[in-house]
Amino acid sequence: MTIGLTHYLTVAAILFTLGVLGIILNRKNIIIILMSVELILLSVNINLVSFSSYLGDLTGQVFSLFILTVAAAEAAIGLAILVTYYRNRGSIAVEDINVLKG
Amino acid sequence: MNVAAAFFYLFSITMIASAFMVIAARNPVHSVLFLILAFVNASGLFLLLGAEFLAMILVVVYVGAVAVLFLFVVMMLDVDFAELKQGFLQYLPVGALIGIVVAIELVLVMTGWTSSNASIASSGAPAAPDVSNTAALGQVLYTKYLYFFQAAGLILLTAMIGAIVLTLSHKPDVRRQVIADQNARDRKTAVELKKVPSRAGV
Repeated sequence: MTIGLTHYLTVAAILFTLGVLGIILNRKNIIIILMSVELILLSVNINLVSFSSYLGDLTGQVFSLFILTVAAAEAAIGLAILVTYYRNRGSIAVEDINVLKG
Repeated sequence: MNVAAAFFYLFSITMIASAFMVIAARNPVHSVLFLILAFVNASGLFLLLGAEFLAMILVVVYVGAVAVLFLFVVMMLDVDFAELKQGFLQYLPVGALIGIVVAIELVLVMTGWTSSNASIASSGAPAAPDVSNTAALGQVLYTKYLYFFQAAGLILLTAMIGAIVLTLSHKPDVRRQVIADQNARDRKTAVELKKVPSRAGV
């Protein structure tokens, strides 16, 4: 039994679904939400790399590299905002963030 | 079942189980550790696919930087996480519904797609057969995708400056070094000569 493209796409789809589920289920905990976003980006990376491998085209891996960059930047900025918010308010409850409304 | 298939199932089952534990664990520190496990297993999948460079980058960047950053923040913030976990069962029905819908959509896409020969022939950067994955990636990245590469560097620079600006706090009662003031000092303002008479004290 050989492992084909469909196997990798299935794994990535399950991972994506778990990430979306994590965002919905942990609506109060923004740290878990950020981790779920990382999971979603990881599943996108698996999709790109598996297509790149099976089509013999390096473009997918290059784009996967760029997604990695953006994910690292997003995690850094998100956690910095979280630290600033915690310093100002003493909690990280997501429901209270709507006081940011202008 | 050959070795590659066995390793595929090992990596993917471990990755999916640890991804499930990321969203289900009670303690966020455990969530971060399971996230690290998921990344390591994804890097194993990348190795199976022949993308060695990305597998190593995944370990270095995600496990070494991003996950450790998460770990620092989780441990630094003193938050009652049991309280944050309360809505988990409340959102479970709608979450399960949306999850099932997303999964069905993805399965429909996955079983329905075909790729035409023209799209394969119009490959943007065909992999060279006799060079390693890292060398081939470098040959494409520094020539064809040079501007994208520079833009990625700019994104990282922006993220670095933004994170520093957001988290740097100026406390008013802490004395800091002011280099301009130090450079503005000269001998006239810094040293004063006093004529002290002998045997009289200051």
